[in-house]
Amino acid sequence: MKQPQHKPKTRWLPRLGYYVASAALVLFSVFPFLYAISSSLKGRAGLFSPALLPEAPTLENYRAVFSEQPFAHNLMNSVIVAGGVVLLSLGLSLMAAWALGRVSFRGRGALLLTILSASMFPQVAVLSGMFELVRWAGLYDHLGALLFADLLLTLPFTVWVLVTFMRQLPKELEEAATMDGVGVFTLVFKIFLPLLWPAVVATGLLAFIAAWNEFLFALTFTLSTEQRTVPVAIALISGPSGYELPWGSIMAASVIVTLPLVGLVLYFQRLIVSGLTAGAVKG
Amino acid sequence: MKTQPSALDVQRVRRAWLMVTPMLVVLLLVAGWPLGRTIWFSLTDAQLSQLDNWSFIGLENYLGEYGLLRDPEWWGSVRNTVVFAALSVLIETALGLGVALLLNHPSRLRTLLRASMLIPWAIPTVVSAKMWSWMLHDQFGVLNHYLVSLGLLSTPIAWTANPDLALFTVVLVDVWKTTPFMALLILAALQMVPQDCYEAARVDGVPAFTVFRRITLPLILPGIAVAMIFRMLDALRVFDLIYVMTSNSHSTRSMSVFVREQLIDFQQIGYGSAAATVVFFTIALMTILYMGLLRPALQKVEA
Repeated sequence: MKQPQHKPKTRWLPRLGYYVASAALVLFSVFPFLYAISSSLKGRAGLFSPALLPEAPTLENYRAVFSEQPFAHNLMNSVIVAGGVVLLSLGLSLMAAWALGRVSFRGRGALLLTILSASMFPQVAVLSGMFELVRWAGLYDHLGALLFADLLLTLPFTVWVLVTFMRQLPKELEEAATMDGVGVFTLVFKIFLPLLWPAVVATGLLAFIAAWNEFLFALTFTLSTEQRTVPVAIALISGPSGYELPWGSIMAASVIVTLPLVGLVLYFQRLIVSGLTAGAVKG
Repeated sequence: MKTQPSALDVQRVRRAWLMVTPMLVVLLLVAGWPLGRTIWFSLTDAQLSQLDNWSFIGLENYLGEYGLLRDPEWWGSVRNTVVFAALSVLIETALGLGVALLLNHPSRLRTLLRASMLIPWAIPTVVSAKMWSWMLHDQFGVLNHYLVSLGLLSTPIAWTANPDLALFTVVLVDVWKTTPFMALLILAALQMVPQDCYEAARVDGVPAFTVFRRITLPLILPGIAVAMIFRMLDALRVFDLIYVMTSNSHSTRSMSVFVREQLIDFQQIGYGSAAATVVFFTIALMTILYMGLLRPALQKVEA
């Protein structure tokens, strides 16, 4: 007789727990970003009130970011660097992924291991050597330095993930193409690339995010305000007086650089999740 | 290997090398060469202002009178980094496991949960550092405001300026940003648990918690271990968050922040490179451990 009494309770409690935990997760994940958006819309006086809804919403902070800082310039720099790094990484790694994923040759295992370990590289370990290289190439305080250095972050990752996906393509396709006497570049870029599209979008997007967010190299290899990328610009925003930080402008800048990322991530979430897990564990 | 390779195979292998070479050259340029130079610089007294004018001083930067091993500032940064990494990885694993279980539960809320969870992950570290600095502001911060009005605090707290609290605060912000990643990795492990295990348990009427402890946990443990080491590697090189939230504070300075300070702010290329070399070998050691755990997966790629 004990069971019928017991059962409804065990069903009801976990259900409530599930909803409470879900609500907490959504609140903790979303609140800070919502608060940043709200702060960015508050005027000078309202900024110091903790209310979530701004009393008199204003775009003043957004105007200030573009007029008092070279923020448009910084945005452009970030687009150039992140976009360039993604294109370079994808081109190089598509070629390499064909070789590493579909041809078995001696030394392939060692190469794969080297590439995987390169993705764990601490950035500070190359900082002084890279600084010398960048200066020697005359790239100090140029975006070119970042276009080059950021490949350290993206290339091992894109190769590793694309190898995984390249292996899954049917063997017959390649055999048929070889029969027709197709060259290897045509095979990779004309035949395989269209089939790998989802994987390429996912890895490209993750590489874009990595390069867009990169901070240490951008902080070290650029000097002038005009050459900064957005993370450095946001970290170093200072007010006209130099004493009080312009929090409204900082929040406005933060929202501008984050909103597109959040949009892309949410739109491509399925792809991103598969790309992330392939990069980290699946192998 | 049993049969003689055909001319076609030989040509294919040659093409394969042709295709990996550009990538390898770039990797050598961005990783191999600069790493070699960093290790070499660590044996010299080079200064940033005159990179060509240095003399070889052997292990002086490591073992000398003013060497790394006798520098309390360096050891302070090592301590901060280890505490930061250990605390944040442990908290993230616990929370990440919880979130993964929540996401693994069949429900219509699933999509919403995953989408909202991805938001902290998508926000750049520098931005989340700034956002939290604002929320944690000692006078106008919303967090202090809520805690005071709920009666949990009598006066606002200087979260990032107080040396006893600063490291802990930085850990919390890191946990906020990276728990989603941990949750995704654990979720991937959860979804590979064969469903018939659960059905058998359900037929036998085993309580949910026992199922979790006896079936789920042992099966996902390797996945959790891989995720923990992966995150640990990341946490040991922490830079952005600490640099932006508590720029010059001794109480939070990580190894990477120490290295950059020596290299750029103090212009000590030799000394800074020695610290960088130590960071590299620490992380290399962890990477070897990670590879060991990943070996089954790697063999799958090899096959």
